[in-house]
Amino acid sequence: MQPEAQAPDAQARGALEVAVLVSIGRHPLTGRARRADQDARGVELAMSLDKSRITLVHAGVLDEESEGALRGYLGMGFQALTLVEQPPGADVIPALASALSEAKPQLVITGERAEQGEGSGLLPYLLAERLGWPMVSGLANVEKVENGVATLLQALPRGQRRRLQVRLPAIVTVDGAASAARQSAYGPARRGEMRLAEAPAVFDEASNDWTVQAARKRPKRLKIVKAASARDRFKAAAAKAEGGGGQVLSDVTPEQGAEAIYKLLKEEAVLR
Amino acid sequence: MTEILRRDPRKEWIARNRLHPEHERVLFELGQGTAVATEWMGPNGVIRKNPHGLGFIGPNGIKRIDRSGVQQAPTAGRGAGHSTTTADDRRHVEIEAPAFLVAVVPDMPGGRLSSHDRDLLGLARQLADADSERQGAVLAVVFGSHKEDGFGEAGVDRLLHLDEEVFDGYTPETRLAALSAIERELAPYYWLLPDSKLGGADLGRRLAARIQERPATGVWQIEMDDTCELGWRCTARGAAGTTDIQRALPRVALALSECAEPVSETRHAAQPMALSQALPSQLGRIEDLGQVAVDPAGVALAEAEFILSAGNGVKDWDGFHHAAKVLGATEGASRVAVDDGFMPRHRQVGATGTWVTARVYLAVGISGAIQHLQGIQSCEKVIAVNLDPGCDMIKRADLAVIGDSAKVLAALVDLVAQQREEKRDAA
Ligand SMILES: Cc1cc2nc3c(=O)[nH]c(=O)nc-3n(C[C@H](O)[C@H](O)[C@H](O)COP(=O)(O)OP(=O)(O)OC[C@H]3O[C@@H](n4cnc5c(N)ncnc54)[C@H](O)[C@@H]3O)c2cc1C
Repeated sequence: MQPEAQAPDAQARGALEVAVLVSIGRHPLTGRARRADQDARGVELAMSLDKSRITLVHAGVLDEESEGALRGYLGMGFQALTLVEQPPGADVIPALASALSEAKPQLVITGERAEQGEGSGLLPYLLAERLGWPMVSGLANVEKVENGVATLLQALPRGQRRRLQVRLPAIVTVDGAASAARQSAYGPARRGEMRLAEAPAVFDEASNDWTVQAARKRPKRLKIVKAASARDRFKAAAAKAEGGGGQVLSDVTPEQGAEAIYKLLKEEAVLR
Repeated sequence: MTEILRRDPRKEWIARNRLHPEHERVLFELGQGTAVATEWMGPNGVIRKNPHGLGFIGPNGIKRIDRSGVQQAPTAGRGAGHSTTTADDRRHVEIEAPAFLVAVVPDMPGGRLSSHDRDLLGLARQLADADSERQGAVLAVVFGSHKEDGFGEAGVDRLLHLDEEVFDGYTPETRLAALSAIERELAPYYWLLPDSKLGGADLGRRLAARIQERPATGVWQIEMDDTCELGWRCTARGAAGTTDIQRALPRVALALSECAEPVSETRHAAQPMALSQALPSQLGRIEDLGQVAVDPAGVALAEAEFILSAGNGVKDWDGFHHAAKVLGATEGASRVAVDDGFMPRHRQVGATGTWVTARVYLAVGISGAIQHLQGIQSCEKVIAVNLDPGCDMIKRADLAVIGDSAKVLAALVDLVAQQREEKRDAA
């Protein structure tokens, strides 16, 4: 925890206003409400920024279950969490958009997709479109924020990273490659305060027509052998796997061989 | 040789007459062996068959019937100079005036259609071909340069290739602007994107937010359903993959891999297309500063992109480690190299080691035992360096160099270092 990030004197000019949108997660095995993993990583990312003033924002229902989950974020070292109260089944984007345009944060951090509900991962995109802010997805880290420009590290597949610069205010989402969230401490979680905020509710009508059920196992794709005759099918089924058509260079000098390998590596763009 | 085919009506007549004393000899001369016409139209318009004419006598004196058509080929080409072109058994499809467009934006990692992209194109074909009265066309939108030449085979009717420099790197905003221009000009009936991280998942959500369509994400199945607005219903994963949501298919769908079978029976035109207006130039608010060099040794073997793997054939270990460093490759090893203590256990590739997914796998001095080959099944390009031209790794490899591992690696390192030097001088 960074006490100075929370203390009132950090409101002095130069402090970076960060809002983290947190949602209620669902434990994959027990199904119990918990702090969502990606959102918690987002909070951790925000806490790693220096001179930041962090507000946690959640829009949704306040009941016993959700309160327990939200207090999980408070236990990471916060005194308060802003809760925009919304009835069940409401579309939270208008509420969040109005909350954000009031609070005017420089940087908004969200998770990539929710662990409950539709979990489509659309929220940051819709918010960005609504607020007219740039949006960057899949962050591993925020390297620095200077003069209203943030330097970000985006996580690419295969452990690679890409450096991006974006003008603030912006919305970013965190990737699973961002550092894991710290433990939630029980005491601060109990003591933390839920600041209630109001926003008009807009209901999500479209989702009423959907049927939602527990995920079925997806059928495994069969290897289909397209052959006109039984003979071909048999041949295909009985064939030993052989990589056909590879190029073999024998009787070459090491230099020629290296040249050929180099060409292929270049073509595949794996050399930097 | 002249192209004119001469017919001998008398011989043909003998060939038709099974009772003629010279029947067999003439058949042989005509290159038909014992094959006789097995099917013909009778005088009353009924198809007649001669079951005895089928097949041939196998080496053990048993009659064999080969239905693959290989043996019957001479009969089919009777008299005509049959050319031996390998049959292109895919049906050619050309769609002149499509009733609507199904736009697909493939990811094209490494400049080629990925299997996910192909599945998605298969899905697009389902949507386009559902109604033969209203035949749709599949439009693929490709950004930047590519190395793919099989768009037609993958099921693309129209290809919109936006090959401009502004699309290089991470440029979601410029790409989004291009897609909105396409939306305005061509108004595709559907937009399909792969729900793959940083590719279609990112772009598709941006597009949906921009054109204000609520997309279906994580789609893995579609079915026809007339009660739905667009005539299709889809099943999509929700809540971090723990639920299935059934809903009407919206205009924008982000689909998971294996959402449909890729196209395999038809070949499409992949006709190039262009937008009538130039794309509006726009200032990206996100600037790509390029990839960051990550330590390849720190990348987990299972997700490394480029692996340099050593086997029993590597003797010069210092040279090997140096080569891995210069090439920027993650190190892997065969079991023998690990057992002999040259490499740590977590670097072992194969059945009892790690199953790797590298795009390029460079195997040095590895014989290619089945346990090892299992581990590299999903590698795209395999390069082998080995002394033994008959080993299994060479059969698997896309490029094999027969030579001593140490010498080839040293030459490769020199070459890379030299090219880098030249580049630095030029810059
Ligand atoms: C239950 C079981 C599980 C196993 N699991 C695995 C596994 O997960 N992964 C694995 O890798 N193995 C596994 N193995 C072992 C596997 O069967 C092979 O023994 C092993 O892969 C062989 O390793 P190699 O190719 O490095 O060695 P070798 O078979 O000895 O091959 C060495 C190759 O190097 C070439 N060579 C020699 N000198 C040179 C030179 N100077 N320059 C160039 N080439 C040269 C040779 O021509 C030869 O092809 C398993 C075995 C069993 C029984």
